[in-house]
Amino acid sequence: MSAPLLEVRDLVTHFFTRAGVVKAVDGISFTLNPGEVMGLVGESGSGKSITGFSLLGLVDAPGRIVAGSVKLNGQELVGLPQAELRRIRGKTMSMVFQDPAMTLNPVLTVRRQMRLALAAHERMSDAAATARCVDVLSRVGIPDAARRLDSYPHEFSGGMRQRVALAIALLHRPAVIVADEPTTALDVSIQAQILAEMKDLVRDSGTALIWISHDLATVSSLAGKMAVMYAGRMVETGPTGTVLSAPRHHYTRGLLDSLPSQAEPGQDLRQIPGSTPSLLGLPPGCPFASRCPAGTATCAQVSPEITWEGGRGFRCHHPLVEALA
Amino acid sequence: MLGFISSRIIQALAVMLAMSMLVFLGVFAIGNPIDVMLAPDATQDIRAQAIAFYGFDRPIWEQYLRFLGRLLQGDLGSSFVYNIPVMQLILSRLPATLELTLIAVISATLIGVPLGMYAGYRPDAPLSRFIMAFSVLGFSVPTFWIGLVLILTFAVTLGWLPAGGRGETATVFGLEWSFLTADGWKFLLLPALNLALFKLSMMIRLARSGTREIMLSDTVKFARAAGISEWGVLRHHVLRLILVPIVTVFGLEFGSTLAFAVVTETIFSWPGLGKLIIESIGSLDRPVMVAYLVLVALLFITINLLVDLAYAALDPRIRRGRNA
Repeated sequence: MSAPLLEVRDLVTHFFTRAGVVKAVDGISFTLNPGEVMGLVGESGSGKSITGFSLLGLVDAPGRIVAGSVKLNGQELVGLPQAELRRIRGKTMSMVFQDPAMTLNPVLTVRRQMRLALAAHERMSDAAATARCVDVLSRVGIPDAARRLDSYPHEFSGGMRQRVALAIALLHRPAVIVADEPTTALDVSIQAQILAEMKDLVRDSGTALIWISHDLATVSSLAGKMAVMYAGRMVETGPTGTVLSAPRHHYTRGLLDSLPSQAEPGQDLRQIPGSTPSLLGLPPGCPFASRCPAGTATCAQVSPEITWEGGRGFRCHHPLVEALA
Repeated sequence: MLGFISSRIIQALAVMLAMSMLVFLGVFAIGNPIDVMLAPDATQDIRAQAIAFYGFDRPIWEQYLRFLGRLLQGDLGSSFVYNIPVMQLILSRLPATLELTLIAVISATLIGVPLGMYAGYRPDAPLSRFIMAFSVLGFSVPTFWIGLVLILTFAVTLGWLPAGGRGETATVFGLEWSFLTADGWKFLLLPALNLALFKLSMMIRLARSGTREIMLSDTVKFARAAGISEWGVLRHHVLRLILVPIVTVFGLEFGSTLAFAVVTETIFSWPGLGKLIIESIGSLDRPVMVAYLVLVALLFITINLLVDLAYAALDPRIRRGRNA
């Protein structure tokens, strides 16, 4: 088997704040092959966005990757100087963010912003640059792209704006795109359109995609495999279908049970009791122990290691038994 | 656009009318100019003649209306002291102040914005701390004191630069300018530095707070994720985003310095507008005071209008009517 496109091993990112060390990402491992889509699921504050930033070396101070490895095409990215990381960002690996109204620069035209992103990696003539921009904008579904090139971000609708951001991320045909909740800020109907286009893009270009989301529905429709994060740790991973149909970790189960589609009309939604622990000074054991229906004294004391079974892994002392059909 | 400008012009006229009224009343309340203009031993006859000549025996509203009537014909009256038209007097002083102000405000902006951006980009660097300490100093130490220290250091102790006055000038468009001669620059340097220090501090703080805020935004994260270099992010993204408040302060500072560089001009005996207004207040030269303050109102209105137009040029969201 050839080496994977992206290989992340035991990635640990800490924030050294005045109040103490925040373990935002605590031992994440996964691999990604060309054309593969991986969903990264978790609540707000579970470390999924920081995982994305860590991959591109974009963790802001006081945060820092303290351990682990990120290999892209066999090249180690952790510890690489910023100048070399910059050459990879946007070219081999790029990122799209949640709210396009916040990410695009409101006072620059789309042409100018795309031109800046192009110039970061390639010298090209104005004509060639325009042709490339129009081509990429059309590919992400922007009608009349040549004319819209001189518009400002506020002149686009929310969905179109996210397409522009996506086009900027796609300019150099990157091998990996990290998409951090790119559809969360959009209407449901627009979400569906963007999802469909992402699927096509991944299929046509062979780009690998890391889809960060708290929305299990988008992940299940898009991602071939997924990882569930809780309090900075990866609590469960595996092929999306099996993880969602037969979760082994109690947190994944809880997430699934709290989906509105699982409840009868008029019935209250099921909730996971308690709330996400503060990442500052986590207790020694499993971070989910206090909220877990199967939590025991062991869980509170000893952090479970990851157990691998076939293509899936989970971190639990008392895993759910796989439902036998 | 046309509606915007015409409504601004009507606003401007109303402001200037109110301003002229306030100034006229205020100046009237200060004292009787006749007491200053005539020698103490002037006879009652001469006194009465002078009062009748300037119209001081009329009720104040009539004096005001006559002033307004002349103003509408472009006549701001003549100075009691110099006996030449006020407009001519002001125009003769304007270039000196204009060049001093422009040099001070522009250099403060060109130096202050990069320094402030650096301090905002690297808030914990030793150089940033030094820049910020300097800006606190520039803010809090009074202008007159800095002016005196500058004179003491560079003129008295070192003897490098002249302590005051204007030096050699060159005539362009019938107006006298110092910045065209080397000698003129010698005289310009200290007062310009004195005026610039406060503005420099303000520009530093403004650029720093804007940069700090924008460096944390998703716009910068996204630009970095696209592989744009730090220099590119600062130059193309951050600078454009912090420009609107900087243009505002630039306009206001330019206006207020042009109108009220009084302290610096007095210390350096710079023959500009600030010195003119101080002198005219001292001698109760009513036409000069009134005309000057009305022109200052006009100046501020014009600058505000230009700043508003600059906003529209800098921030497309402020432009109207092109929404998709």
